[in-house]
Amino acid sequence: MKIPLFPESASNFAPDVDHLLFYLVAVSVFFTVLIFASIFYFAIRYRRRSDNELPKPIHASLVLEIAWSVIPFGLTMVMFAWGANIFFKESRPPKNAMQIYVVAKQWMWKLQHMEGQREINELHIPVGRPVKLTMTSEDAIHSFFVPAFRTKQDVVPGRYSTTWFTATKPGKYHLFCAEYCGTKHSGMTGWIYAMEPQDYQAWLSGGRSFGSLAENGEKLFQDLACGNCHKADGSGRCPSLVGLYGRSVQLADGRYVNADEAYLRESILQPNAKIVAGYQPLMPTFQGQVTEEGVLELIEYIKSLAPAPAGAGTTPAEINVNPGVATAAPSNR
Amino acid sequence: MNTAAIETQENYLNAGYGLKSWLLTKDHKRIAILYLITITIFFFIGGIFASLIRIELLTPQGNLVSSETYNKLFTMHGIAMIFFFLIPSIPATLGNFFLPMMIGARDLAFPRINLLSWYLLVIGGAFALFAMLAGGVDTGWTFYTPYSTTYSNTWVIATALGIFVSGFSSILTGLNFIVTVHRMRAPGMTWFRMPLFVWANYATAVIQVLGTPVVAVTLVLVFCERAFHIGIFDPALGGDPVLFQHMFWFYSHPAVYIMVLPAMGVISEIISVFSRKPIFGYHFVAFSSMAIAVIGFLVWGHHLFVSTQSVYAGLVFSFLSYFVAIPSAVKVFNWTATLYKGSISFATPMLYAFGFIGLFTIGGLTGLFVASLGFDVHVTDTYFVVAHFHYVMVGGTIMAFLGGLHYWWPKITGRMYPENWAKLSAAIIFVGFNLTFFPQFILGYMGMPRRYHVYPDEFQVLHVLSTAGASVLAIGYLFPMFYFMWSLRYGAVASANPWGATGLEWTVPSPPPVHNFDEIPVVTHEAYDYSTVVREGVEVG
Amino acid sequence: MAEQAHAPVESLALREQFNTAEQQKESSTFGMWVFLITEVMFFGGMFLAYTVYRNTYPVVFGMASTSLTAWIGALNTAVLLCSSFTMVMAVRAAQLGRRKALIWFLILTLLLGLVFLGVKAYEWNQKFVEHHIPGAHFYFEGAAEQGPAQLFFSLYFAMTGLHALHMVVGAGILSWLLYHAVRGRFTAEYMTPVDIAGLYWHFVDIIWIFLFPLLYLIDRHMR
Repeated sequence: MKIPLFPESASNFAPDVDHLLFYLVAVSVFFTVLIFASIFYFAIRYRRRSDNELPKPIHASLVLEIAWSVIPFGLTMVMFAWGANIFFKESRPPKNAMQIYVVAKQWMWKLQHMEGQREINELHIPVGRPVKLTMTSEDAIHSFFVPAFRTKQDVVPGRYSTTWFTATKPGKYHLFCAEYCGTKHSGMTGWIYAMEPQDYQAWLSGGRSFGSLAENGEKLFQDLACGNCHKADGSGRCPSLVGLYGRSVQLADGRYVNADEAYLRESILQPNAKIVAGYQPLMPTFQGQVTEEGVLELIEYIKSLAPAPAGAGTTPAEINVNPGVATAAPSNR
Repeated sequence: MNTAAIETQENYLNAGYGLKSWLLTKDHKRIAILYLITITIFFFIGGIFASLIRIELLTPQGNLVSSETYNKLFTMHGIAMIFFFLIPSIPATLGNFFLPMMIGARDLAFPRINLLSWYLLVIGGAFALFAMLAGGVDTGWTFYTPYSTTYSNTWVIATALGIFVSGFSSILTGLNFIVTVHRMRAPGMTWFRMPLFVWANYATAVIQVLGTPVVAVTLVLVFCERAFHIGIFDPALGGDPVLFQHMFWFYSHPAVYIMVLPAMGVISEIISVFSRKPIFGYHFVAFSSMAIAVIGFLVWGHHLFVSTQSVYAGLVFSFLSYFVAIPSAVKVFNWTATLYKGSISFATPMLYAFGFIGLFTIGGLTGLFVASLGFDVHVTDTYFVVAHFHYVMVGGTIMAFLGGLHYWWPKITGRMYPENWAKLSAAIIFVGFNLTFFPQFILGYMGMPRRYHVYPDEFQVLHVLSTAGASVLAIGYLFPMFYFMWSLRYGAVASANPWGATGLEWTVPSPPPVHNFDEIPVVTHEAYDYSTVVREGVEVG
Repeated sequence: MAEQAHAPVESLALREQFNTAEQQKESSTFGMWVFLITEVMFFGGMFLAYTVYRNTYPVVFGMASTSLTAWIGALNTAVLLCSSFTMVMAVRAAQLGRRKALIWFLILTLLLGLVFLGVKAYEWNQKFVEHHIPGAHFYFEGAAEQGPAQLFFSLYFAMTGLHALHMVVGAGILSWLLYHAVRGRFTAEYMTPVDIAGLYWHFVDIIWIFLFPLLYLIDRHMR
């Protein structure tokens, strides 16, 4: 009977984390053995042989105290630096990472590919390509945990959190919710399917077509009549959204903020939290009218409104002069 | 040495009989006994929950209890064990009993506040018990929002109230200890002549006084949020659920040092007595207690590494977490060095002390694992963390508590416990403990998440090992409950100083008189000066 | 031990755990200071939550703060400052063994404290009328999203409520002191309870000194 005692190693981070584990274990074993052996040896060698023994008091040794403070501190600083290095890498997804959106809710994972594929409790990804997840929750705090990848990130309601990884080995890997979220927390599990690139392409084009996220976002944009105020040429009462994503925006109070996913989400759900300089707080909130998935679709649509010719990225640039007019965006990726 | 002679001697136990003399006592020794009874009851309750958890986890399917019930079991296990057993444990029992005696005082500075603090623990415990019996609470002992404030349908408010009230018990104990150590030391009892157990409880008291009010106010906000839906932690109303985590862990991390520092104090006493040598590096051990108390307030963010806390905050908290580990390491080295050229006795307390050093070393070292950012991303919220904290809390604190209980039992009760049964129990506990929790390190690294009662098949073997260990551990804990009770009637009568220990508590009869000392002693010796207790000592080493 | 022989034990009320009256007084005072430190941490948690949200929603918090009536808050601040003064005078009277003065100053302090609570009750009633009490009937004009405005008022009521609770306890302590002062329990040698009650009262005053500008005076200059 094979008893697995070590997790599979299936991402770009896994070997690094495992090597760190080995260092930690080595240091720990060393000190554990040192302490255990010392105690064992001293206890036996110096065991009490008669009742009125009186050992000579030995009070202190500054040298020893310094030594056994400084040396362990040095060893722990290696632990710190090594772990910090991995953590830093984990916090910086590569620019060309494939974007996946995740919405967690009690007690399931909803995942969306840019091209439109939706998955429930499963995620198909290609091997060898960095994948970035942008995640939010509809209710309690959840956590997206893939042991084989050694990655984990809490999924918090009201904000976006991100994680990224590159699968290195095709296979089927556990996905667990790792933040207690209520009754079916143990059941909020799924699978990550890492596939060879050609198999992944085959999977992508099979199944029903959904319409890409950006296309759905455009539809939602029209349904909600956003274009009445947000005219592309900026002539409306509200700022133009063309080229907005990723730009630095000046607010009425003089601050500058980066128009990232979090800013766009807040602008839709709490529009008066930040007012753009030179504009009035006119925008009503769409909280309750748009789901988290809807917000993500709108964000993808806004991202697609790039003013310049196609830049690097997974969505082709679109110059959308009249957002009020339906345009058929090309769907081949 | 006959029973009749001892029972006619007036001591704190026979000075007044009847419920009223106990429930309205101002004697710190009686209050310590009251606390001992209360925390033992909660240990038992928490232990029953633990047993049910481990039995459920024998199989990968959730077939013993429903999900709802399981979620309540682990929540109530944590709450009972942390707030109503571990936090009070050593300070309120052994600390209450011995701190005044160790510094040559007749009682604590505020005996009535001491009694009040016991009542607060009981009242808080009653609230929590009510919540448990009325249907339970299922938020986890950590009460993360917005689950606890918005989505849970269980007795959150009653439980939060219970913890809130018992928090004041902790605060008042800490306040009492601080004032006592500052103001009630006998003539000649300078700070650096105090036993290290006093230093440990003093450092603990500082944490209790500074940290507990923050969790109290956090629970008030949870209560308000739940009752009035005000939105403090609810993102739909503009609140921040992660703010709760910061406020909660600001107390709950120092809280773990409330749980472990007194245990380290006990170990210092035991190692010294049963090596018949002063603790090596007394000043360093004393200062390390204070260092742990202070630095312990600066590391709470290591519980939030994957919570969407900023990367830079993570770096700071990880770095400081390594800082706080060093004083603990210093203590372990100093205890080990104390054994060198000592006169080592293998009495039960010493066996527990050895067990503590071994298990705390492992638990503390695994703390270094989780303090490393990249490593923690993988193992946080898995059984790795569960194993880590049980190693320090159970393998550490509970072993030290048992060791201290055995060490001071003759002084508290005037009776000796049966030594062979005690040694056997210590061994059973040590084996059972490791079998229970070591497999959990492996489970955690493999990815077994916390708070799951349904799990993938490949984790089962390790869970079965863990449950087997838990049954051994349970037996190990039951033995002392029985033989301690037995010893009250049938145990050998104890002399004033059966261990040949230094310390003022050993200069008074066993059990001690009501006012501890007929005359306040004047202290002329350093701590741990065994030349004062070993008659015609033969020098060794 | 010698000091005990000088004065009758009843008036010293020396507790048996202490060796000297000096030790008892110092311990009681030190104990009160430690307790006040815990109170700082207790209020500190709320101040922290307030600071975090003030930083997140500066505009809405400014608007909500402006909707509070600053002159009433200022009046209450003056009332409390006066009550701290009368409390100091009470402590001084006790130190000098002046029973009548002690009683009068305690009464004055108590009255001023009750005035503060009365004014607070009036303010809260205003908030009720204006629908600024968090809950089902909350509505704050001028803010498109009610959430952050409700947050301000939740923290307002939590913090001033906690403070008012401490005032009520303080009033109770003053009443107790008054009762014993009338019965002649306090002398120049033994007035520790008055002393440490004074510490408590001043602390409650200081908390208000922080609360007032934080809650009432944000962005006033922007009006």
